[in-house]
Amino acid sequence: MDTITLNSPEDMYDLGKRLASELRGGEVLALYGGMGSGKTHFVKGLARGLGYTGEVTSPTFTLIHEYDGGRLPLYHLDLYRLEEPDAVSRLGVEDYFGGPGVTAVEWADRAEPLLPGLTWRLHFSSPSESRRTVTSIPARH
Amino acid sequence: MVILGIETSCDETSVAIVQEDPPYSGSFYVVVNHIASQIARHAPFGGVVPEVATREHLLNLPRLVHNALQDCELTPRLIDAVAVTEGPGLAASLLIGHSYARAFAIAADKPVIGVNHLEAHLFSPFLTHRRPVAFPFLGLIASGGHSILVHVRSWDDYKRIGATADDAAGECFDKVAKLLGLPYPGGPEVEKMARHGNPTRYDFPRSFMQAGNYNFSFSGLKTAVRYFAERHPEVLTDGNMLADVCASFQAAVVEVLVRKTVDAALRTGVPRVLAAGGVLCNNVLRQALAEECRHQGLDLMLADASICTDNAAMIAAVAGGKLAAGIHPRIRADIDPNLSLFARQPDREEADAFRAGREGKDGKPRKGNENRAVYTRRQRGALHPGS
Repeated sequence: MDTITLNSPEDMYDLGKRLASELRGGEVLALYGGMGSGKTHFVKGLARGLGYTGEVTSPTFTLIHEYDGGRLPLYHLDLYRLEEPDAVSRLGVEDYFGGPGVTAVEWADRAEPLLPGLTWRLHFSSPSESRRTVTSIPARH
Repeated sequence: MVILGIETSCDETSVAIVQEDPPYSGSFYVVVNHIASQIARHAPFGGVVPEVATREHLLNLPRLVHNALQDCELTPRLIDAVAVTEGPGLAASLLIGHSYARAFAIAADKPVIGVNHLEAHLFSPFLTHRRPVAFPFLGLIASGGHSILVHVRSWDDYKRIGATADDAAGECFDKVAKLLGLPYPGGPEVEKMARHGNPTRYDFPRSFMQAGNYNFSFSGLKTAVRYFAERHPEVLTDGNMLADVCASFQAAVVEVLVRKTVDAALRTGVPRVLAAGGVLCNNVLRQALAEECRHQGLDLMLADASICTDNAAMIAAVAGGKLAAGIHPRIRADIDPNLSLFARQPDREEADAFRAGREGKDGKPRKGNENRAVYTRRQRGALHPGS
């Protein structure tokens, strides 16, 4: 289990950007962690790292943003508003998994039973007001 | 001219009929505007919203269309055009409205017009005020999903002045409400609490306030309230403190929105400001905008609260406005979940990135559209909900 400490929103953005170079398409990144823990900032970096130059904003209300035009398409999901597991499956989140693109799911705990076996799980937390940590949990077997 | 509007871009299913009145005036009014909101259905259970939504749209839409026509004693024959949201929004939800509208239009032998959801918000104050569309103006859309400033010079000539870099203003209201233990939907709850509070009691951050910066950032404000609540857990039980926090938070959002909107209007030199979107249901924001615009000699048009949230009347009205101006927009063959308000002018970097994404390792273009498979699967899911 790896934990990375970040000291600013820019660090978080850079982490996403660096991580993007590892992606080959088809990956699912499940992002856990409370409000203000840096998940959306991370996805902004991820999108830029994949070569997407447009705007990346929080999909809390809009639920799904698709960022096309980079090296790989990036699907940005936010399940914050979906408290019922039934609602998550009706949103059709599974349609995004295993496709050609990369899927990043904020508030992924709400989609837990639907996540594919090789999901990359990242836990975001805020040990202090200016620090954030990201912990990578290996895929379950 | 009578337009039937259909909107299914996110949580709400809405069907409306608007009519041009007086004839050939270019100004429209709402005859009926039916909204089947999944928020209303869920609020009593305290759930944070929706059973998204394809099945709900599918069930609601035929019923709403039938009721709307019946309420105005209209038959499909008496409609001049059908208008439908073609983006941006949720693919599966958009698809229901788009397919329904096209089928309806074929059956009724009427033209069908695709409308950009954001464009409809932008022009919705003209519908509220029953005034014909007039250019130029500065538009503010502030909702749960969007916070954007647009310089509107004429039909289809929209320039982005600023937008949120992270959270939308309405999202910020809702998340802060949740942090403070207030029920959903959070915007009206925060406003209610704030009425008894002191807006200058706490100093919450206002982001990007440098002159000439018209972008928004509300994520830092949300995080500031989060830390305040963690340091002062008594805010959840102390009514006076809660009222002060709500008032101070609201003041921060309102100040940012008003300052940037008015500054942008002055810089672009437009005579008029239009504001719409769910956050414009907030009365403190409405008053502050009105006061500041009056002070600066700007004409202000606010969308009425009833058409600030997502609805089909604004969709129908924007289609009607274009037809009245002699523009006959065509509908797209497919919905576009990422439909932009702005003409795409990719710069070099974007064009290069685009090519890189479309070419295989050998440098030859990949065939076709790789995303097609995703869409096809999604369409199948949308048309057979629950499968």
